[in-house]
Amino acid sequence: MTVEEIRGDGDNFPVGLRVLAVDDDPICLKLLETLLRKCQYHVTTTSQARMALKMLRENKDRFDLVISDVHMPDMDGFKLLEYVGLEMDLPVIMLSANGDPKLVMKGVTHGACDYLVKPVRIEELRNIWQHVLRRKKCDNKNPKKSSGQVKSHQANGEGLGSPTGNADQNGKFNRKRKEDEDESEDNENDEDPSTQKKPRVVWSIELHRKFVGAVNQLGIEKAVPKRILDLMNVDGLTRENVASHLQKYRLYLKRISSAASQQAHMAAAFGVKDSPFMHHMGSLDGLGDFRTLSSARLPNVVLSPYTTTTNAMLGRLNSPSANVSLRNLSPSVGPLQPSQAQNLSSSIASLNKMNFGTQNTSLFQGIPSHLEQNATNNNSKGILGTSNFNAIDELLNGASFNPEPFDASGAFGSSNPLLSSTESFHSQLPLVNGSRRNDASLNGAYLNTDFSSGVGLVGGEVHNMNYGNNIFGSLNSSNISGNGIVSRLGRSLGQNNAISNQRMDGFVNGRSSVSGGSNLLQQNEIEKPVNELRQRSNEDSFLLEETRLNAGFVPQSYDSLDELVNAMIKREQDETVSNCEFQFDDDYAFGNGI
Amino acid sequence: MLGLSVERLRADMNRLLALLFHQGVLDEQFLQLQQLQDESSPNFVSEVVNIYFHESEKLLRNLRALLVDKEFSDYKKMGTHLNQFMGSSSSIGAQRIRNVCVAFRAASDQNNRPGCIRALELLEYEYCYLKNKLHELFQIEQQRILAATVRYPMQQQHHQQQQQQQQPNNP
Repeated sequence: MTVEEIRGDGDNFPVGLRVLAVDDDPICLKLLETLLRKCQYHVTTTSQARMALKMLRENKDRFDLVISDVHMPDMDGFKLLEYVGLEMDLPVIMLSANGDPKLVMKGVTHGACDYLVKPVRIEELRNIWQHVLRRKKCDNKNPKKSSGQVKSHQANGEGLGSPTGNADQNGKFNRKRKEDEDESEDNENDEDPSTQKKPRVVWSIELHRKFVGAVNQLGIEKAVPKRILDLMNVDGLTRENVASHLQKYRLYLKRISSAASQQAHMAAAFGVKDSPFMHHMGSLDGLGDFRTLSSARLPNVVLSPYTTTTNAMLGRLNSPSANVSLRNLSPSVGPLQPSQAQNLSSSIASLNKMNFGTQNTSLFQGIPSHLEQNATNNNSKGILGTSNFNAIDELLNGASFNPEPFDASGAFGSSNPLLSSTESFHSQLPLVNGSRRNDASLNGAYLNTDFSSGVGLVGGEVHNMNYGNNIFGSLNSSNISGNGIVSRLGRSLGQNNAISNQRMDGFVNGRSSVSGGSNLLQQNEIEKPVNELRQRSNEDSFLLEETRLNAGFVPQSYDSLDELVNAMIKREQDETVSNCEFQFDDDYAFGNGI
Repeated sequence: MLGLSVERLRADMNRLLALLFHQGVLDEQFLQLQQLQDESSPNFVSEVVNIYFHESEKLLRNLRALLVDKEFSDYKKMGTHLNQFMGSSSSIGAQRIRNVCVAFRAASDQNNRPGCIRALELLEYEYCYLKNKLHELFQIEQQRILAATVRYPMQQQHHQQQQQQQQPNNP
């Protein structure tokens, strides 16, 4: 079902959605089937995950959406999720009797667009079409046509009686509104070939095997999309396709490798233990994660040189040459591991001297273990933030991130971790933006407005978070769909989707709104300066990554980190992309899926 | 009269359902099941519930087999069975059973074998109670359907008898 087909039906949009339901429990399967039929979807059921994979592989166009149980005897639901994501790129909804936040988080990090808890209610199933639509919009990138229809579907979506809260509705609305704005902006740049609609590449097993072979041949460290593409020697495959697939693949590898390196303290906040993203984000403890998350977020939001800090690095970063120095962060990540405090300063120093490296992978990989050691080191948090950034932003801003230590690496309950980290955000912000952006003034202005609101938001959020894991839990759950969006975002990077800072801000704000509920306004305010930013820097990827980080929110950024790195690599190699405005995946907006 | 019995049967059924809801044996999910029953799937509820009985008995047997073993240590495997049982119970609206499953899971998480055994016994008890009540419910339902289908000819007969009786009284 194409987006056009879906939209064309107007009121009947969700009718005929083709769903594949997988559950080993015959009662739930039968119930699910009946409920889905009641929603007028086309349902195919199977109790075997392997059978489901077989059906999916036989004909990738046969289904629009997969709903799968988590606990199945022949294959773990998460594994099925990954296969589907890697090979068919269909939206997958997880289903389980167990609503434990840890499992939900796991679903989110593995790329599920939603996580339903049994017993499933029909109201929840009535909404699943949005995941399909979102993904298709992300893929098709058909701005003119979709902008009008987005509005109509917006009405549809909200009229479908979604039981989600007002915040979500608002989020949806804002997201769609931003999408429209984005799309209209995007229209102006349609000449850029990379923004044009591309036919979707289907990663068959053979193709994937070739891909893996090429990657192994090159070595995971050196595997860059261009060389992989050359090695694969497949017609019709573009570097963007390979890049986005590489992102997913890296994500997958990280998951496998980091499964062993779980951190107990992370469980407190998110229950996320093995997410590389979490590691990247200053994972040390829940709060630390959050902080790094926020720190990652803030810079993303701002994306403009923030010149409030006196950090020398910042000044350096603001200059174009700073990018080069930043890029080299990855090598420094290694040394960071043993003693982060020292490494922090040395890495920061070395950042300036570093050359652009293409060691994102190593950086990436280095980060999780190195992050583990960060538990006790506040400074390292700063590094983590920076290193995260580097990894994420191709070592861009990471290094410059914040030499000033975050106060509290703090566990979730620490008093003002966010506040202290917001300081660092300030310093980080310029770094992030500085390397890429030359318009300090405007960005600065933007940053100021945005930052304050963002900080406020983040601060508010953090405090909220501090005060209760519940919020986290709710945020996590509400982020599930966001996560899906983020990963989709990553996928769309290859296609240079437009991103909007607004969206990012909105995302951040929206996230805040999940806890606070009143940040949508701020988000609107931020949008204006964001528009200005749009035309600015060339490195939309940069912005993209940052946005991603922000939007990634806590668990979701996990996906975005990988995507970011890959995107960065890709952008590195793809100079022509720079003309585009920042493109932020339409669907990236926060909270719409919940 | 059969005509009356249809109404009486329906009343019995409603009373039984109300009791089960009141006791917390069933919850609103069961109502959702009933709402899904329509012309296209006229026996939906009884079909689903029968599958549930079948599966549950298997699961309960497995759980018991695991727990009676004195050297029992495979809590993970037990957790899998339990998870499935919990999922299916909550899907049909068996609220009390699901609650016992939650307690069971807690005991299992703590590797508390005696606690698990107690929970299993409670589970078996609740399950038996639910099964009996649902069987009763289905029996009443079946009788009601039967009574309703034969109602028309009987009612006609009844009506004719009434008319005949009334005729002599007419002036």
